[in-house]
Amino acid sequence: MLARVRQRLTVNGEEADVSFAPYKTLLEVLREDLQLTGTKHGCELGECGACTVLLDGEPVLSCLVLGRECEGRSVQTIEGLARGPELHPLQAAFADFGGSQCGYCTPGVIMTAEALLRKNPSPTREEIKVATAGNLCRCTGYQQIVDAIEDAAAQLRAEAK
Amino acid sequence: MKKRLDVVGKARRRVDARAKVTGQLRFADDLSMPRMLHAKLLRSPHPHAEIVSVDVSRAASLQGVHLVLTGQDFPVPFGIMPVSVDEFPLARERVRYVGDPVAAVIATDEQTAVEALALIEVNFKILRPVEDAIDGLRHPEPRIHDYGEQGNIHRNQSYEFGDVEDSLRKADFLFEDLFFYEGNTHLPMEQQASLAFLDGEGKLQICSSTQNPHYLHRQLARVLQIPEARIRVVATPNGGGFGGKCDPGGHEFVVSKAALLLGRPVKIGLTREEVFYVHRGRHPVLMKMKTGVTKDGKLTGMHLQTLLDGGGYGSHGPASTFYTGVLTPVTYHYPRFKFEACRVFTSKPACGPKRGHGTPQPRFGQEVQLDKIAEKLGMDPAELRLKNLTKADSLTASWLHVGSTGLEACIRKVTELSGWKEKHRKLPRGRGVGIACSTYMCGAGVAIYWNKMPHSGVQILLDRSGTVIVYCGATEIGQGSDDVLAAIVAETLGVDTGVVRCVTGDTGIAPVDLGSYSSRVTIMMGNAALQAAERLRASVAAVVSETLGTLPDRVVFSQGRVFAADNPGPGMTFVEAVHMAEAALGTLSAVGSYAPPKPPGKYKGAGVGPSPAYSFSACVVEVEVDERTGWIHVPKIWMAHDIGRALNPTLARGQVIGGVYMGLGEALMEAQSFRRLPEKLSGALVHRAPSMLDYKSLTSLDMPEVEVALIEDPDPNCPYGAKEVGQGPLLPVMPAVANAIFDAVGVRIDEIPITPDKVLAALERKAKGEPARVGPEAFPAVPYPEPTFVLPPWEEGDGKETKRNAAAAVV
Repeated sequence: MLARVRQRLTVNGEEADVSFAPYKTLLEVLREDLQLTGTKHGCELGECGACTVLLDGEPVLSCLVLGRECEGRSVQTIEGLARGPELHPLQAAFADFGGSQCGYCTPGVIMTAEALLRKNPSPTREEIKVATAGNLCRCTGYQQIVDAIEDAAAQLRAEAK
Repeated sequence: MKKRLDVVGKARRRVDARAKVTGQLRFADDLSMPRMLHAKLLRSPHPHAEIVSVDVSRAASLQGVHLVLTGQDFPVPFGIMPVSVDEFPLARERVRYVGDPVAAVIATDEQTAVEALALIEVNFKILRPVEDAIDGLRHPEPRIHDYGEQGNIHRNQSYEFGDVEDSLRKADFLFEDLFFYEGNTHLPMEQQASLAFLDGEGKLQICSSTQNPHYLHRQLARVLQIPEARIRVVATPNGGGFGGKCDPGGHEFVVSKAALLLGRPVKIGLTREEVFYVHRGRHPVLMKMKTGVTKDGKLTGMHLQTLLDGGGYGSHGPASTFYTGVLTPVTYHYPRFKFEACRVFTSKPACGPKRGHGTPQPRFGQEVQLDKIAEKLGMDPAELRLKNLTKADSLTASWLHVGSTGLEACIRKVTELSGWKEKHRKLPRGRGVGIACSTYMCGAGVAIYWNKMPHSGVQILLDRSGTVIVYCGATEIGQGSDDVLAAIVAETLGVDTGVVRCVTGDTGIAPVDLGSYSSRVTIMMGNAALQAAERLRASVAAVVSETLGTLPDRVVFSQGRVFAADNPGPGMTFVEAVHMAEAALGTLSAVGSYAPPKPPGKYKGAGVGPSPAYSFSACVVEVEVDERTGWIHVPKIWMAHDIGRALNPTLARGQVIGGVYMGLGEALMEAQSFRRLPEKLSGALVHRAPSMLDYKSLTSLDMPEVEVALIEDPDPNCPYGAKEVGQGPLLPVMPAVANAIFDAVGVRIDEIPITPDKVLAALERKAKGEPARVGPEAFPAVPYPEPTFVLPPWEEGDGKETKRNAAAAVV
C-alpha cells in the first residue's frame, strides 16, 4: 500500500485537512475520506455526470480529478448547497417538479445547474439542456429536470431583485 | 364514511424528495462501517469454458488480503425461479459468458483486492460459444447447461386457443411478418452495491441495492444453508432498478459468505463494466406473426412465434418466455390465438426482466403489423384499433380477465391532442406521425414461488405523538413506492403524508411484500395498506363516535381532524382521537394483506399473464427523417395513459415521461450487442460496448417534449382506483416510432433499434423498386412442442386444456 498524502482544501466553505491514498480521485476523497457521500458515482470514467461537483466554482467530474490536484482549492458539493435548514431554490424546485425520481443523478445535476445559473441567471430551455447534457438520468426523461431548473432560475432572479 | 379526497390526486412533493435533493439519502454504496473490508470479483474472460483449475495461493498470501473465495465455497446453486436454479455465486465447473464471476478477493481496500485478483491463476478449457438463439438451435452440442428441454433449448412451449389455422384460412387477408427486437439493458445510474455484516446477535444482515429483498432473503438461506430467521435483508433505496436488480446477484452471496466467515463487515460496489455483465435485461427476440383480418378490418386470429436469446442462465427466463406472448391479446379482441415460444441458452450475460418484461418485443411486432394492415385496407390506423378493442370486464381467447379498460379513451385523447387526423398521411414528405397502443399488468397474479400466502403485507402503528408508522417489505427503487404507501395511509386516516413514516424494504422489521417488479406495488402494497388503515380507522372511530355524538360509520377523518359527518364543527384533532383510542384499546396497530384474485384460466401455464387490473396506453410520435442521412429527429410525443387514478400526479406524470424516454432510447439507439474478437485474440464473444459512452442512451438534448394525458377512471380492484404507471407507458413508443417513420418516408423498419443506417438501406431498396423494408428475412425451424389446446370462452371452453377434435365438434 502506498503511503497516504496529507493536504488541505476548502470543502463547502470550510477548511478541511485530509489524508488519503495518493491514487485517489477527488470523488473517492470526498466519499471515502471526508464521508461526503452525497456526491455519487455512476461510471468512474467521466461518462455519466453523477459525480459533478464545483471546483473553484467550475463544474467538474470529480471522478476525473485527482485528489492531489485539489491542494488549496475550493470544492462545493451537494451537502453545502442548502441554506441552513432551508432548501436552496434548485433543491426545492427539483423536489416540487419531480426532477428527482430515484435521486441518484440528482446531486450531480443540481451542481451542474448551480454552475449554470451562476453564469447565466436567465437560461433558455435549450441552454439548460445543453448545460445538463453531460448528466445522464434514467428515470425522469429530463423534462421535469429542465422545468425545475427553469423555476429555480426564476426564484433566484426574484431573490436578487 | 366517504369524503372528498384530501391527499390522493393532489400534486405533492414525494416523501423522500428532501433526502434526495440534499444528498442525504443513503444508497448501498454510501454505507460504511468500522473494520469494513472490500470485495472484488474475478470474472471470466471466456464466453464458454470449463474451469480446469483455480490456484488462489498467491492471491491469498498478498498482504492485506483476508479471504479468497471460489466456486468450491458455494456448493448450492441459486435461481430466482424454482424451475431454473442453475447459477452459482461463483462459477464451479463452467463459465457461461464473459464476465461470469469465478473467484472473489476480500481485502482491506479495493486497490489491494484488485491487485490480488491478478494473482489468481485459472486454467480454462475453452468450449465453443453459442452466439445467438439461431446458433444455439443449430448447435445442440456442447450444451451450455445439462438441463432444459433439449440441446441448448431452455424453455419451449406452445399454446393454442381455438383452431387458429381455421381462423386464418377464413380471413379475407392474411398478414405474415417477421420482426426482430435487439436486446438492451437497464443502465440504472446506481451500480449494484452490497454491505454484509453480523449484527449484535451474530445474525447476518445485508444492505443491498435489490428490488426484491424477500426473494433475496430466501435465496441467501438456500445458498448459505442457514435459517431464514438468521438473515435480515435491507433493500437500500435503489438508484434505479428497471428490473435489473430483481435477480439475486453473485456479489450478494459473496459478501454475505465473507461476512459470516470473517465476522467483519464486507462491502462490494460493482463497476459500470460489471453492471453490463450482470445484465438480466431485455431478451433479443425474433418473431413471426401471422394475423387474419376481414375486409372491414376485424381481426380473426393470430399465430405468434417467438425465439428468445436467453444468455447463459435461466434468470426469470421461464416467465420472460411466457411474456413474449401472453399479454398480446389484451388490447384487441382476437377470436383465436396461438402462441409458441422458445428460449435458447447462449454464451452471453443472462437476459431477464426489463421494464415491460418480455412484452415490448411482441407488442412492437403487433402494433407495426396493425399499421401495415391499416395501410393495406386503406383505413385510419387509429380507427382500425378502435374497431378491435377488447371490452371492459371481458375474457380474452386465452382466458385472461380484462377488467376496466380506458384504451378507447386513450386513443381518442392522444389523437385529439396530437392533431392526428390533420397530420397522418398529410404531412410533407420526410415528416410523419405514428400511433401505437399497449397494456401492462398491475402486478403478476402469481408469486415467483408457489405458495398460498398474501403477496403483500402492511402493518401500521399509531403513535401517540400523532406519527403514523407504516411497515411494509416493499422497495423504493425510485418509482415512488414510499410515497404511494404514505399517500394511501394518509388519505384513509385523514392526515398529511408529513406525519407518516414509511419503514420499507427490510425483511427484519416489515411484513413481506414480494418486491418491486411486474408493476405490482401500487396495487398490492396499496390494497394491503388500505385494509390496515381502514381497520385502524374503524377502531378509532368506534371509540370516538360517542364523544362526537354520532355512529362509528359517520365519523370522518380529514386533514388532521376527526369529526361527525353531520356536525363537522366540534370534532377533535387526529392526535386527540389517537389518545382517546389508545386509552380505551391499548396500543393502536393493525395489519392488512393482499392476494390477487384467482385467474379464470385453469390450464397449466395459465398463471402467467393474469393480473388484478391492466393499465392501457396510447401513443403518437412525430418524426422528421432526413432522407440523405437517415437521421431521425423526434420533435414531440403524445402519451395518454389509463392510470385509473393518479395518486400523486407529479409522480405519475414523471413515470410516464420517464417511460417514454426509455422507450424512445430503445427505439432509436439502445442495444446490448456483442461481437467476436479476432481469432488471434481468442475469438471470444464479447460485449460491443460495456460502457456508458458506447451504450448509447438519450441525453437531455435528444429528448423531445412529451405531452401527457392521464386518463382517470378508478378501477374497483385498485386502491383508490389507482393502476400501474411504471411500465405501461414505455411499451407503445417503439412501434409508434416505426409507424411514424413509415408515414414520413414510406419505409418499414421491422426491427429495433431503428438506426439511420437501416433507414438509409430501406430507402435505397425503395429507390431500386425492391421491398422498402429492413428486418429479418427468415425464421428458423424451431422444434416447438404440440400445443396445449384450450377452447376460448365463446367456443364453450371451460378454461381447461382439451383435445383439439373437441374444437372441430363445436365449430
